[in-house]
Amino acid sequence: MATPENKLAFDGGWQYSPAPESTDHVSIRKKYELFIGGEFVAPVQGKYFDTINPATEERLSRVGLASAGDVDKAVKAARKAYAGWSRLKPAERGKYIFRIARMLQERSREFAAIESLDGGKPIRESRDVDVPLAAAHFFYYAGWADKLEYAFPGRKVKPLGVAGQIIPWNFPLLMAAWKIAPALACGNTVVLKPAETTPLTAMKLAELIADAGVPPGVVNIVTGAGETGAAIVNHPGVDKIAFTGSTDVGRIIQKALAGSNKKYTLELGGKAANIIFADAAIDQAVEGIVNGIFFNQGHVCCAGSRLLVQESVAGAVIQKLRERMETLIVGDPLDKNTDIGAINSKQQLETIRSYLAIGQEEGAEMFQSSCPIPKRGYWCRPTIFTGVSQSNRVVQEEIFGPVLAIQTFRTFDEAVTKANNTPYGLSGGVWTDKGSKIFKMTQSVRAGVVWANTFNKFDPTSPFGGYKESGVGREGGMHGLDAYLKLEA
Amino acid sequence: MATASGKTAKRLAVAKTYKIFIGGQFPRTESARYYTLKDRQGAVIANICRSSRKDFRNAMVAARGAQDGWAKASAYLRGQILYRVAEMLEGRREQFSAELKLQGAAMRAADKEVDATIDRLVYFAGWADKYQQVFSSVNPVASSHFNFSVLEPTGVVAILAPEASGLLGLISNIAPVIVGGNTCVALASESMPLCAVSFAEVLHAADVPPGVVNILTGYRSELSGQFASHMDVNAIIYCDGDQQTDKAVQVAAADNIKRVLRRTDVSWADESSQHPYLVRDTQEVKTTWHPIGK
Repeated sequence: MATPENKLAFDGGWQYSPAPESTDHVSIRKKYELFIGGEFVAPVQGKYFDTINPATEERLSRVGLASAGDVDKAVKAARKAYAGWSRLKPAERGKYIFRIARMLQERSREFAAIESLDGGKPIRESRDVDVPLAAAHFFYYAGWADKLEYAFPGRKVKPLGVAGQIIPWNFPLLMAAWKIAPALACGNTVVLKPAETTPLTAMKLAELIADAGVPPGVVNIVTGAGETGAAIVNHPGVDKIAFTGSTDVGRIIQKALAGSNKKYTLELGGKAANIIFADAAIDQAVEGIVNGIFFNQGHVCCAGSRLLVQESVAGAVIQKLRERMETLIVGDPLDKNTDIGAINSKQQLETIRSYLAIGQEEGAEMFQSSCPIPKRGYWCRPTIFTGVSQSNRVVQEEIFGPVLAIQTFRTFDEAVTKANNTPYGLSGGVWTDKGSKIFKMTQSVRAGVVWANTFNKFDPTSPFGGYKESGVGREGGMHGLDAYLKLEA
Repeated sequence: MATASGKTAKRLAVAKTYKIFIGGQFPRTESARYYTLKDRQGAVIANICRSSRKDFRNAMVAARGAQDGWAKASAYLRGQILYRVAEMLEGRREQFSAELKLQGAAMRAADKEVDATIDRLVYFAGWADKYQQVFSSVNPVASSHFNFSVLEPTGVVAILAPEASGLLGLISNIAPVIVGGNTCVALASESMPLCAVSFAEVLHAADVPPGVVNILTGYRSELSGQFASHMDVNAIIYCDGDQQTDKAVQVAAADNIKRVLRRTDVSWADESSQHPYLVRDTQEVKTTWHPIGK
């Protein structure tokens, strides 16, 4: 138990001075057209929409609104490019992808700054996680291009054709890399749609891909919202759909694809349990809880949004967690000191706020840290709910914000039952110093990724994806190739 | 029955009642409905249970109840149990062959199908403790973590078995599902259901734990929607089916994001139709991370 004597004293006699990342090296055009057939072309209907900085609510740029007609053009460009790309010597295909990886590393500072400007995530994360992992993803899959037959013993592999890819706003560049890299390595061409609130790094990636000399039409990027996505899903010239987003939209897509013979992978929602046993290293576990739920403002499908803590240490863990939350800095995403940046959009902030109200209405006790937050922009203080029950909506539903629901358990079996008692199965966490308990728990949690004594770690070599209603298929690693290939005897 | 045609047979053959198989037991359908199976000459072979939605729900309860325990059985044990099924079937070759002939198969073709079924069971029994090694991986992540990916069973699998291959087709779909630790509810071929029911008796004799395999007979048009929409089914395998049913099954399956595996135009008699990717189809990849001390 923390006492006044041993408590972390970050609120003492000094303050952090701002350490803002400069943006003078960043080039953002006033307007972005659609990237189709290797060129930037105006949308057919001539419509554009704003993309704003959620930390200032100011417009950063305008991007083209792709209609069904634009999607059709993009799919045709991808189809046209497919013949050449799929027949290109695989090693050469790989070299193009290696080139993308290297150029991304070279331009990493600009990409990181734009990612934080457009999406609101702290520069520390975009600089140290999003951009380096995106480059690593291209580098990893580049090397697979001429080695695919080794991944599937006893099978011949063939590309699928044109892949339609729809990605979310929480990791805009990283998700683009997750989608594009394996698709290209396997010999497919792509039509990618970034999320409407975070299109800029995808458009910068389009510039980079053009600069890298990738043949026109191999990668096409169209911007827009749900209707643009639907046009991709329903286009008869698309052979495969890869979607990352909510389970509700995933369900709509799975229905829309019924009877179409299109292959699909779905990376959907989650409500991961982070399980802390009494014999865990408590201070490390508290860091794991913080990283699990407050990383990227909690806009993470695999976030540890439920804490299951063993009853005998619950008081101590919650006390330490509250103290640690008080040290978190919410504010300017471009400030290198910032721990929690801006909520991605006004709409998402409203969703989070509605859950804060729901949690309290359901009788849970809410605690928020007391940190100051900027006047303009979209912000949410780190929040925990205690006194929740399994059926509470804040326990069952994905909030996608910095909001943690805390439950306790007594026995191992109780922890397993509670952990598995949601429709989701994307990820989970377990903290204990006992090896056999780690293996028993990681085997018992019905989820695609389980972190033991760590949380929210990602790597291009490591397959990622959900059980149950968290999705179908895997991305990353050798297993991620399967999504973009036809296997034949 | 087939044995009734013997020249010296004066005695009246004892006809078998074909029942369904749920949770290791052989109930009649709770709906008390039936359809009549006839041979080419129009003679009655048997009354077949026309299973209901309730039968399917009961079978799902049995399958879910058995799943965790079956998944936790060692791979070695699952392999041995599947091999035991092959042994039991070997001892009943003539019965199965006779049933296939009653349903219209030529003598040689019937024998061949039974033999191929036994061999297929042995084939998948052998995969029990090997597919994991083929499909799992240790992943060289850049950070200081030990990271590995293994396969785990998807859960409960609903199977709409092939219409034209009443024994071999059914077993070719059940075996890879259960060898991987899943449990299943299968709907037998509507026009060739005899061997499916007799196969349930073989499973029973081979000590396959109750609920691991559940077999229903009935009208596919009536039950396929239930198989596809039940919220506790994790994956659905459906064989045959036109684009219309294809669409209906997939739309219903999306309600809880089921894995949908459509197997059409597969020649189950062909040996190339057996491969471990059928096992992998109803497996989930789980990746585990743990820090490595520095």
